[in-house]
Amino acid sequence: MGEVNAIELKGVTKRFGEVVANDNINMTLRKGEILSILGENGSGKTTLMNMLSGIYFPDEGQIFVNGEQVTIRSPKDAFSLGIGMIHQHFKLINILTAAENIILGLEGAPILKMDEVRKQVNDLTERYGFDLNPDQKIYDMSVSEKQTVEIMKVLYRGAEILILDEPTAVLTPQETEKLFAVLRNMRAAGKSIIIITHKLNEVLEISDRVAVLRKGTYVDTVETKDATVDSLTEMMVGEKVTLDIERTEPVSPKKRIEVRGVTVKNTEGVTVLKDASFTANSNEILGIAGIAGSGQKELLESIAGLQVMEHGEVLYFSPEGVTEKLSEKKPEEIRSLGVTLSFVPEDRLGMGLVGSMDLTDNMMLRSYKEGKSVFADRKQPRDLAEEIVEKLEVVTPGVDTPVSRLSGGNVQKILVGREIASQPNVLMVAYPVRGLDINSSYTIYNLLNEQKNKGVAVICVGEDLDVLLELCDKIMVLSAGEVVGIEDARTTTKEKLGLMMTGGHKGGKKHE
Amino acid sequence: MTLIFTFIQKAIGQGIAILFGATGEIITEKSGNLNLGVPGIMYMGGIAGLMGAFFYENSTENPIPIVGMIIAIICCLLASALGGLLYSFLTITLRVNQNVVGLSLTTFGTGFGNFFGGSISKLAGGVGQISVMTTASAFQAKIPGLSKIPVIGDLLFSYGFLTYIAIIISLCATFFITKTRAGLNLRAVGEDPATADAAGINVSKYKYIATVVGTSIAGLGGLYFVMEYLGGTWSNNGFGDRGWLAVALVILALWNPTNAIWGSLVFGGLYILYIYMPGLTRATQELCKMLPYVVTIIVLIITSRRNKPENQSPGSLGNAYFREER
Repeated sequence: MGEVNAIELKGVTKRFGEVVANDNINMTLRKGEILSILGENGSGKTTLMNMLSGIYFPDEGQIFVNGEQVTIRSPKDAFSLGIGMIHQHFKLINILTAAENIILGLEGAPILKMDEVRKQVNDLTERYGFDLNPDQKIYDMSVSEKQTVEIMKVLYRGAEILILDEPTAVLTPQETEKLFAVLRNMRAAGKSIIIITHKLNEVLEISDRVAVLRKGTYVDTVETKDATVDSLTEMMVGEKVTLDIERTEPVSPKKRIEVRGVTVKNTEGVTVLKDASFTANSNEILGIAGIAGSGQKELLESIAGLQVMEHGEVLYFSPEGVTEKLSEKKPEEIRSLGVTLSFVPEDRLGMGLVGSMDLTDNMMLRSYKEGKSVFADRKQPRDLAEEIVEKLEVVTPGVDTPVSRLSGGNVQKILVGREIASQPNVLMVAYPVRGLDINSSYTIYNLLNEQKNKGVAVICVGEDLDVLLELCDKIMVLSAGEVVGIEDARTTTKEKLGLMMTGGHKGGKKHE
Repeated sequence: MTLIFTFIQKAIGQGIAILFGATGEIITEKSGNLNLGVPGIMYMGGIAGLMGAFFYENSTENPIPIVGMIIAIICCLLASALGGLLYSFLTITLRVNQNVVGLSLTTFGTGFGNFFGGSISKLAGGVGQISVMTTASAFQAKIPGLSKIPVIGDLLFSYGFLTYIAIIISLCATFFITKTRAGLNLRAVGEDPATADAAGINVSKYKYIATVVGTSIAGLGGLYFVMEYLGGTWSNNGFGDRGWLAVALVILALWNPTNAIWGSLVFGGLYILYIYMPGLTRATQELCKMLPYVVTIIVLIITSRRNKPENQSPGSLGNAYFREER
């Protein structure tokens, strides 16, 4: 057609240390279209978009906006090019009104003319079909209203290109419909829109074209009308990669944990875990697959006693044959039964380790109550720290070094190592290899396998399907807080799991 | 009847120093800086103004009241702004704990005031009491004409100009905070600096300016006390705990300078109530002096129960701001 593209990326690469987050990406956004960017967790969608919005700077490659090569160094640069990004985490001031948030930080007359702003905001809401009261305070708003304010902020600054990072993740189906109606209005008004998502049904519903990323590389862009749930899933998960993780056959597995109908609501009253039921056996690794935020954290925390459950119960069958009801116990009692949880959050330090304390002190977090003396015993934790450092090849100047000074991989080894040292009967790990290099990852895989062979029931939440397929004996799939199914890791396929994760197999059900 | 009028008059006299301190502290706290150094800053402002006036009056044969007044105000503003700058540098640039810096500044400021107060008293010779009568007369001058109206004149127009300035500053501060673009940005900085930063607001700049302006205003409270209330004299620790009352008034006023105006009247009244209450013993007097703090606690309880976020302290009050390292 000869028309210039709104955005064109040529050979864009971004590395974080050794990890290549985006590798030689070529992609275009046409004017006046809605482009979906589809990919699993960690496929580099958000990193790519952050380069467009000025949060990251690409290591290689060129970015063209409206046909001209540009350099985007800061969010301000992005704004002046008419690019506005709506992040997953809202940046709003709670005590201010919607209108005040919209004009925050803008240049203009020293004395505010809120009437004028209100009128402009109302004009915009009318034009695109939003539902927004400019005088409402943010703290009085629902998540979807807050999102509307974020979108308005971008529109008010005159953005022509909008990037939405998983906008539907926090919305109810009705709110999603509303958002989509607004997006269509914006497209009709000539705006170009990129929407990052991993919900296939939404991709098919809203977008004109779909660009697929897989593990940091660009796969292809297809017209939505030519795509199906199956073809997209295939592009998204790709070929199976063989990892050669040693996996032994489970030796006489016995039921260890039984979860019955557990339902959890988050602080906003949204159900994040719906009627989850499953069993975990000794001598087995149970993998839990699912898109981030599908209820993995809540599930593990329910077992560890850290979550308030709406209903449901958790039973524990000890090796000695005693049945305990974990859902009625305190976290401390559950730990003493040998049920441990090590959760590696995105920032790695948030849970379980105290960054400013040294290795020995972090070991003591688990053991300070032992012994009769009023003084805590420092010798045993110190020995344990030294043992972990040696056995897991932790790179550290010594056990007196604050944990926050160590690299991510070493921190994770300490976290997992400490949990294993308590000789658990049930070991729950979440994202144990998050951000680790290959060698450290294998150390952790071997540790988990070792535990499994010792008769421990291992539950492992992971992001990488290839790893789960080779490491686990069974894989349970969570989608939007529901247990979709439990598959045998030896016979199932990546495509099948991918489809279960994205809810693609029941496309219509979620939306009507 | 006249007793009540006198009481109100005295209450206003007590309240104005507190009002200056509270208005300044509100502006500072709106930027997220909890400056507990305000009591010290008020000592520093007071003594600096007094010293300026003292050296001016001693250097000329016939000191002119208005010149002494201007010198006193400039010295007061300089000293208190410097105190604010020191606080800002430590807490904003070096990110030292705000409570520690604030409390040390109070200790320092009080000592600073007493040290120089004692020193110039010695310079003045005699019985160790200094007096800058000429300058003080400019501060104490009443509005001609209006103050002669019976009753109303006494009640409303019998004060020095700083009293009216205190009220005007408070009203202006409210207007600034609620109605101007810079005020909006300032509220955003105190509430959530990360969000303000993302919106392109220079967080450090706002914190610095708000803190320095805040301490300058608070310093005027000290000057008011020395010049108008004490009539240009100094007595060690004479300012007492009025600085802490100013900090308490910030809470009573729900971080709104206009509320601080009537709040200061309440505090001023409660502060001297024991003089006007008949039949108090020495012990019950002390109990009576606690009333301002009791009122603050009650207001705190009521407002926290009403739970309206905009009436609470700024969201990031007391926290240093680190831009997240990516």
